[in-house]
Amino acid sequence: MDLTTLEKDLVNGWQKGFPLVARPYARIADALGISEERVLEILAGLEARGILSRVGAIVAPNTLGASSLVAMRVARDQLDEVAAIVSSEPGVNHNYEREDNFNLWFVVTAPDADGLDATLARIEARTGHATLRLPLQKAYHIDLGFAL
Amino acid sequence: MIDRTERAIIAETQSGLPLVARPYQAIAEKLGLPATLVEQKIKAMLERGVIRRIGAVPDHYRLGYTVNGMSVWDVEDGLVDEMGELVGALDYVTHCYRRPRRARLWPYNLFAMIHGRTNEEVEDKVDAIAKILGPAQHGHDVLYSKRILKKTGIRLQNQDKQSCSD
Repeated sequence: MDLTTLEKDLVNGWQKGFPLVARPYARIADALGISEERVLEILAGLEARGILSRVGAIVAPNTLGASSLVAMRVARDQLDEVAAIVSSEPGVNHNYEREDNFNLWFVVTAPDADGLDATLARIEARTGHATLRLPLQKAYHIDLGFAL
Repeated sequence: MIDRTERAIIAETQSGLPLVARPYQAIAEKLGLPATLVEQKIKAMLERGVIRRIGAVPDHYRLGYTVNGMSVWDVEDGLVDEMGELVGALDYVTHCYRRPRRARLWPYNLFAMIHGRTNEEVEDKVDAIAKILGPAQHGHDVLYSKRILKKTGIRLQNQDKQSCSD
């Protein structure tokens, strides 16, 4: 996907430090030497093309409640069905098929530990498959963004 | 953790800040709060580490980084924190976490997520990590993503039932 220099500067330079002032886009505009309208226009264009999923906050894991990475080992011919059940849970926000014996990987978030237990118990009951919980114990990376 | 107001702000902004000249004002109006309080609360969550960063969130796949390898490592318990810091600091590692081993099922305690344009690019990075870990690691694997079945921001649910510490 081709990006203009301005688009690249915006995406590369503003993955963190979004200004906490009344008119943040005007602050970004000043830094780039363009108008506030132009910044809003470029960001809207990047969002429309899917290059940016959003302009917003990255929330640290386990601050909004309880969460866990979970893996399941599912036979190929049952994978779509099991994956659909997993994805249908509102507390599941990422669900990936990966190439491994453990081929279904998802993240479950719940308001608290009991909620997490309940979600996983429901998934196990509905799919007839065991879940392997691998909750985060320590984060070594302060996610500072991604260089293009 | 977070108070009721902070939770409301996160719920309101989880799909993104509005692209209008005064985004905090727009959020504040929706929530019936003063704009300065919204700014203050966001600032407080950043300072406490509840929010890691605010900014443009790119979609790796749309940018051509279509290969997503979850590298997993069996690292000696006494060295995993030290090694985790080293691996987490690498610019091509987007997430680096310690997670539990599970007897007979899962031997790996260090996870490092790598994005690349090709499998080879990811493999090169895995080799580089293996060199860094040296004898501290006793085995590793790379689980490539095959399909994204669901990907959304964290969705807050059961608002009224949640235990908030205000």
